[in-house]
Amino acid sequence: MASQRPEARPTSRLGALGARITLPFAAAAVLLAVSILFPYWELRLNAPQYPRGLFMTVFIDHIQGDIREIDGLNHYIGMAPLGNAAHLERTVAMGAIVAMIGALGVAAVLRGRWTALLAVPAMLLPPVFLADLFYWLRHFGRNLDPDAALSNAIPPFTPRILGHGAIAQFSTDAMVQTGFWLALAASLLIALGLVQRLHQPVPEPVDVPSRAAVPGSVSSRPRTDHPAEAT
Amino acid sequence: MMRRLMVLALIALLPIVGCSRQDVDTSGQPREDAAEEAQEGDDDAGRPGSVGVTGESVEEIAAARNLSPADVSAALKTYMPSGRHDEYLMFASGGHSGQIMVVGLPSMRLLKVIAVFTPESWQGWGTGGTSTEERLAGGDARPGMPVRSADTHHPALSETGGDYDGEWLFIGDKSNGRIGVIDLRDFETKQIVKNPIADGNHGGTFVTPDTEWVIEGGQYATPLGGEYAGLDTYQETFRGHITFWKFDRDAGRIDVARSFSMELPPYWQDLCDAGKKVSEGWVFCNSINTEMAAGNDGTEGGVNFESGVSQNDMDYLHLFNLDRAAEVAAAGENTTTVNGMTVIPLEVAISEKLLYFTPEPKSPHGVDVTPGGEFLVVAGKLDPHVSIYSWEKIQAAIAAGPTETDTFGVPLLAYDDVIEAQVELGLGPLHTQYDDKGYGYTSLFLDSAVARWTLGGAYRTDGEEPWQLVTKTPVQYNIGHLATAEGDTVSPDGGYLVALNKWAVDRFHNVGPLLPQNLQLLDISAPGTTMPVLYDMPIGNGEPHYSQIIKSDKLKGWETYPEIGWDAVTQAVSANATQSGQERVERDGNQVTVYMTAVRSHFTPERVELQAGDEVTWHITNIETAYDATHGFSLPVYGINLSLEPGETESFAFTAGEKGVFAWYCTEFCSALHLEMAGYMLVDPQGVAQATGGDR
Repeated sequence: MASQRPEARPTSRLGALGARITLPFAAAAVLLAVSILFPYWELRLNAPQYPRGLFMTVFIDHIQGDIREIDGLNHYIGMAPLGNAAHLERTVAMGAIVAMIGALGVAAVLRGRWTALLAVPAMLLPPVFLADLFYWLRHFGRNLDPDAALSNAIPPFTPRILGHGAIAQFSTDAMVQTGFWLALAASLLIALGLVQRLHQPVPEPVDVPSRAAVPGSVSSRPRTDHPAEAT
Repeated sequence: MMRRLMVLALIALLPIVGCSRQDVDTSGQPREDAAEEAQEGDDDAGRPGSVGVTGESVEEIAAARNLSPADVSAALKTYMPSGRHDEYLMFASGGHSGQIMVVGLPSMRLLKVIAVFTPESWQGWGTGGTSTEERLAGGDARPGMPVRSADTHHPALSETGGDYDGEWLFIGDKSNGRIGVIDLRDFETKQIVKNPIADGNHGGTFVTPDTEWVIEGGQYATPLGGEYAGLDTYQETFRGHITFWKFDRDAGRIDVARSFSMELPPYWQDLCDAGKKVSEGWVFCNSINTEMAAGNDGTEGGVNFESGVSQNDMDYLHLFNLDRAAEVAAAGENTTTVNGMTVIPLEVAISEKLLYFTPEPKSPHGVDVTPGGEFLVVAGKLDPHVSIYSWEKIQAAIAAGPTETDTFGVPLLAYDDVIEAQVELGLGPLHTQYDDKGYGYTSLFLDSAVARWTLGGAYRTDGEEPWQLVTKTPVQYNIGHLATAEGDTVSPDGGYLVALNKWAVDRFHNVGPLLPQNLQLLDISAPGTTMPVLYDMPIGNGEPHYSQIIKSDKLKGWETYPEIGWDAVTQAVSANATQSGQERVERDGNQVTVYMTAVRSHFTPERVELQAGDEVTWHITNIETAYDATHGFSLPVYGINLSLEPGETESFAFTAGEKGVFAWYCTEFCSALHLEMAGYMLVDPQGVAQATGGDR
């Protein structure tokens, strides 16, 4: 797959470029950039009177869907409006993503061993995203207004972040979405790139690419590692 | 798969079940013995095992409920499982309810009643809301004389190229000469116009093929413009009219300034239809009372209208050149103005060749243009025929130049020159619609039947004899109008026909001397003599006159208003829209303005404290965005009752003249805490002294 790319003949310009940059990092940067166009996570609420379901769709920097309606329902149990959640995260998200993409670009081009570490923040994005989501869901579910109309009926709870749950007459289905999968794929590519970079010394003079040694040897090792990482 | 097996099993059972019944009838004839059974007082309720449905197999259920195979077949054709939507929607006038009913076909489920000319508190129509009161007042007949009753007759769906487009709906009020305009995005009346020259109509509404004009034919001749004249001057001073209302589709309103009327002889113009395709640009109306009977003054030898109007063997079918009339009206050189309405005088209509007559048999009712516009079908009412006029022959006769005129000088085309055929159908033919198989369907009032007959000309491609009666299906009882699916458009669908019967008599359990009307669904999908009745729908809130049936996928109504704070009159965000967090009560002297929101399950604010004498303007915005999350608002004593659909802003205004404490609440069961959705308005009588110096 991606690891086979360096074998491309360096006679083509693209091949020459491929030999000079760390392709998994570059590909990860692209995936990450695309991921912001797609939702990362979605919650579907099901109840008899909502035959089409209610949706809360989380992108990297905003929430959309039936937020007004969900907020309206949540106020009965004293939950704060969803717009109050993760203010900081949503504010900095786009800047952070751009920075991660930039860092990935640098890491891809400057092939020093330590510049590879610039790719680490982007690699950690998926777990950080889930952890933050979990924190906010838990925070909202556990900090209900005791004066709310139905505060007696619903004890504090933590909504399910993945899979099926139930709250009052609602059943919930939560799952990560396309954006998250793209970011996760970027993480795996970054891991792959890191393995390349940290375990396989790269010729120091960047402007004197070796025509034979690099591509062949680079490709062999990650191919053995890759299946293990993927599973 | 299971369903298919069930249906097969059901069909297989039909003959078996049928053996137990003598009144099996697949041709749609009424089961007279069933009616007799009911009259014996030994109805189903008394039969052992008939309470509830016993048994599980179709055979057991059919036996337990005493259903014939035809009954089971009709049930299968009309039953809608929960959640399944109807294929067609029927818009039926509500008659003297002043409303319009929306009914699904084939289930015949009532989906909605649209308030038009009469107050209706569920929709908050004319029950205090400023915008609804203003729209209703737009139809008031005279200054200071509000009219809040009506008799809606003929709904007309807007058309594009002669086909329903599902955007607008019009309806005429016979009793006061008014037209209502309904926006089918929110199924709400947007405009009511009152005819300035006449206080009644019958030939309305009908639209031209692109809805440029909404046609309102008159009925009872009077002096135009509300003038007085004695009945002894009937022929000289009384006049009929036809009014062409200009519809501005972009504005969604009738443009009164560009509308016009035509003065007509004092016959009683009756029903109209717009020409289509080859006859587009023309309009046709029939008439009665060419006798010019003026009523019985109660002296000996006086003649009642019912007799006086029915003396002539022929009345006059009116033929209007609308395209040319519109040019004459727009030019304005030969027109007059009555109460602000442009009127083409009768002599101008004659001299400009805008109007022709041709004889039509005996007090007819209904002139219905065939889908291609080639024929005009006039139903005899007091003549057992439908008379079919050829548009081609009419054009030829006009071109040849008619030599005769009526009493008023209107050119008269000779009957023999323009008639194509007559079909004898039965007694009391009234109205005709069409299907996709080249049949006409005519209601027979006296026979209480629907007649199917063959059209001729290009419609006859199946080898059947043209202009022949094919079959009749009895209906219960006294059918007026009928409607087939898209049956008055350029491309009728066929399939279903609804008979709008005036009398129900024994069809339903007696509910007192005032009985419902009976709308019956007929299956007209099979050619030939099979045309069974499938379903009886009682109408318990008025007498539907006419209906139109539109394919339901043409209707694209809003689920909620597009934005929070929607003004349903302008169809844009209101200047008084109040968002969450903007709620407030503003006071300027004794002028109080309330900006309120409604959302499950509270109003904000929940207290409004007033002083007696305050002039109050109160705006409420339903800030919901959920499908079906409507709130109501009912304020006692002051008579305010609003319906606030999701996103809508509505207002009302009043003077706080009555002291006390008034608990308002949400009248829609909007949520589990619906009862808690309430508030208090306090009117402090001491306020009089402070605010106005005390006049109370």
